Amino acid sequence: MAMTISFTLNGRPVSTDADGGRMLAFVLRNDLGLTGTKVGCGEGFCGACTVLVDGEPVRSCSTPLSAVAGKKVLTIEGLELNGVLHPVQEAFLDHGAYQCGFCTPGMIMSTVALLQNTPRPDRRQVAESLDGNLCRCGAHVRILAAVEAAAAKGGAK
Amino acid sequence: MTNRRDFLQTTTALAGALGLFISFPLAAQETEKASRPSYPKDFNAYLRIGPDGRVGCFVGKVEMGQGSMTALAMLAAEELDVPLDRVDMLMGDTDLCPWDGGTWGSLSVWQFGPVLRGAAAEARAVLLQLAAERLGVATVRLQVKEGVVAVLGAPDRHVAYGDLVAGQRIERHLQDVKPKAVKQFSLVGKDAARKDGRAKVTGAAQYTADILPPGTLHACLLRPPAHGARLSTVDTSAAELVPGVKVLHNGDTVAVLHAKPDVAREALGRVKATFASSPSTVDDASIFAHLLKTAPPLKELVAKGSIAAGEAATEHRHEATYLNAYVAHAPMEPHTAVAQWDKGRLTVWASTQAPFLLKSQLVQALGLKAQDVRVITPFLGGGFGGKGGAPQAIEAARLARMAGTPVQVTWSRKEEFFLDTFRPAAVVKVHAGLDKAGRVSYWQHDVTAAGEAESSPVYAFEHQRIRSSGSWMGGNPPGMHPFAVGAWRAPAANTNVFASESHMDALAAKAKVDPLAFRLKHLQNPRLAHVLQTAAKAFGWTPKPAPSGRGWGVACAEHRETMVAAMAEVVVDRKTGEVRVKRVVVAQDMGVVVNPDGARQQVEGCVTMGLGYALTEEVRFKNGQVLDDNFDTYRIPRFAQVPSIQTILIDNPDLPAQGGGEPAIVLMGALIANAIHDAVGARLLHLPMTPARVKQALKA
Ligand code: FES
Ligand code: FES
Repeated sequence: MAMTISFTLNGRPVSTDADGGRMLAFVLRNDLGLTGTKVGCGEGFCGACTVLVDGEPVRSCSTPLSAVAGKKVLTIEGLELNGVLHPVQEAFLDHGAYQCGFCTPGMIMSTVALLQNTPRPDRRQVAESLDGNLCRCGAHVRILAAVEAAAAKGGAK
Repeated sequence: MTNRRDFLQTTTALAGALGLFISFPLAAQETEKASRPSYPKDFNAYLRIGPDGRVGCFVGKVEMGQGSMTALAMLAAEELDVPLDRVDMLMGDTDLCPWDGGTWGSLSVWQFGPVLRGAAAEARAVLLQLAAERLGVATVRLQVKEGVVAVLGAPDRHVAYGDLVAGQRIERHLQDVKPKAVKQFSLVGKDAARKDGRAKVTGAAQYTADILPPGTLHACLLRPPAHGARLSTVDTSAAELVPGVKVLHNGDTVAVLHAKPDVAREALGRVKATFASSPSTVDDASIFAHLLKTAPPLKELVAKGSIAAGEAATEHRHEATYLNAYVAHAPMEPHTAVAQWDKGRLTVWASTQAPFLLKSQLVQALGLKAQDVRVITPFLGGGFGGKGGAPQAIEAARLARMAGTPVQVTWSRKEEFFLDTFRPAAVVKVHAGLDKAGRVSYWQHDVTAAGEAESSPVYAFEHQRIRSSGSWMGGNPPGMHPFAVGAWRAPAANTNVFASESHMDALAAKAKVDPLAFRLKHLQNPRLAHVLQTAAKAFGWTPKPAPSGRGWGVACAEHRETMVAAMAEVVVDRKTGEVRVKRVVVAQDMGVVVNPDGARQQVEGCVTMGLGYALTEEVRFKNGQVLDDNFDTYRIPRFAQVPSIQTILIDNPDLPAQGGGEPAIVLMGALIANAIHDAVGARLLHLPMTPARVKQALKA
């Protein structure tokens, strides 16, 4: 019964026997030990669990594992390269764009995707593309500033 | 987890080997705590210095986003004269940290700050003495820079804190060491980068759900569909068929456990259960009449002058009833706990604002000795008062004992909305009058169901009467609130200030006086007047009676010792009833500001979160059932709604540092209501001010 599902995770090939119907967030967190991806609502409404699949932001709490077979999955843990933060991480750090930090991995992943597709978004585009990422602490104004700063520095990378 | 463990090992090993900071036996700590919890006097409880000069700072507070990890580290670094990045914070661990009463009420800096500063100042003085002995000079001839003590004028005669500690096997204490005066501060008062930043942008920051001891089972508990609905029948056979599932059933507790949280959740869905219906018959529309009917009689809090005399001098009366909905805390991280038993000793990791309180609850609930319980608090993904209690931790501990494995309980978002201790719905009736001269002749404020905080006006009214009944704190008649209520960021104050600052605005409009001028005319508190004027200047306020059509609003409050004022500009779409907040300016005098950037973040958080209860947030319910169970219908503020926010912190070295996590949020209801009134002339009396309510008010 068990089928092996293979995909690329943060640049490395992985295979898992986990049931392909299980949601990616839990496979990442509980099978593969990558707990940087957060689960805030479990139903696709908060964006805390956002990861990139072939460069597109997805809600990993609502994306079955089978949907990423053969694809490239990027999580918050895969952004930092050789101890150097991704420009978006750097911008979030510089602007204090987090409080409790629980929404932060999802915010950063959504921003990375946004800047890849739209390197110089205006404020309306930023607000629209982050609309599904919720932050209860109210770090929004800092996050907007961080996204703009990352864009200005060519944050698409 | 490992970090903390390593930290413990390193620091206690150091303390033992080096001797100066002898860690006193846990048992002694326990007795001290059991007799009467209070902050220990011995500075060793808070500070340990390693041979590398790193300072371990142990505090029972938790970091839930408010930045206390950084602010408290700054206080310790300031008093010790060490660089901020050399201070390692260890927070919220009941084995390692000295007792603490809980992280709430914006108290970390205001209440605990002086304790920590005192400890660090004494430690520094002891170190200085030791250095004097080592270097053979008087302490007055020494100076400390970055943790190195050197002889004035002979900088090569020096010794580092780390070396000093290593060289001594004594424990010494000094009496009456004064912390630094404000003007001696070199670190406090300057922007500091947060200590938790890097961990939070890399995903390395650990929250409770990230703690996964080997063998952990994830437990999902069966919940009733409505409050007060008792379980009648249950059939767990289908759930038990799921491979790897363990079902635990004990009385009303039915839990499904599995090594994967999602599989456990799925299996719980296969449990067939029936429940008796809830005795509750109220809903979010009938609740206000219900509260007025079921609340105890109003209790008088303030009686000044004579309402009758004030009424006699009244030209215009104005009475209004203000309503406020239940709102959820809705932290992005749901309540979570992990419990692990090891030879009768229990370790619990929990998302709680009060680890020591939880510890005593666990001791009670599970019949344990205090020394057999340890609570560890990883980073919290927000609290806002909602994580004062941690019932999920008691659930996890019980289930772990039954299962014989570590157990994690993470509430689903639906459970989070169902089991939350909501901010209470409330009714506030305000009666007031204007005399011939256009001054407030009397003021009566009757609050039902919210609580007392900030029910007294900040203005110098001669005749006033303030009464209150029922509270977020509990002690209400059974059934008054159909579910649990509790502290929600600045409890009661949001409700009371919404009513009083809306009413003040309505009186200004009746008097045809600019609302800022009207407030200033009635204020006797110069600090509050100053924040109002400061906000006005930054906002570019020009006087005009409301409604001016500009959509400008103003509100102010005293939150404990903090003075706060805000101004806002809104645009109201008369057709849709939609309100857009364009900009908000906040001026705040919170005494000494420890980390200005951190304080600004808190103000921005208050404004943003406050827009939720002002405009969109309300828990809908019927017959004990909570109808909002996720963020699709319960609308918290989003990017598109966030205005530009300008924060001005007033430098006030004469007042000790106050908390900044609450003051500005208390203004948001009235601030937006007043701006809406200024825009379109309609007065909103019911929070949240949804498009439907705005349209209704426009029709009236
Ligand atoms: S956890 Fe996936 S969207 Fe909320
Ligand atoms: S920083 Fe706490 S939810 Fe965004």
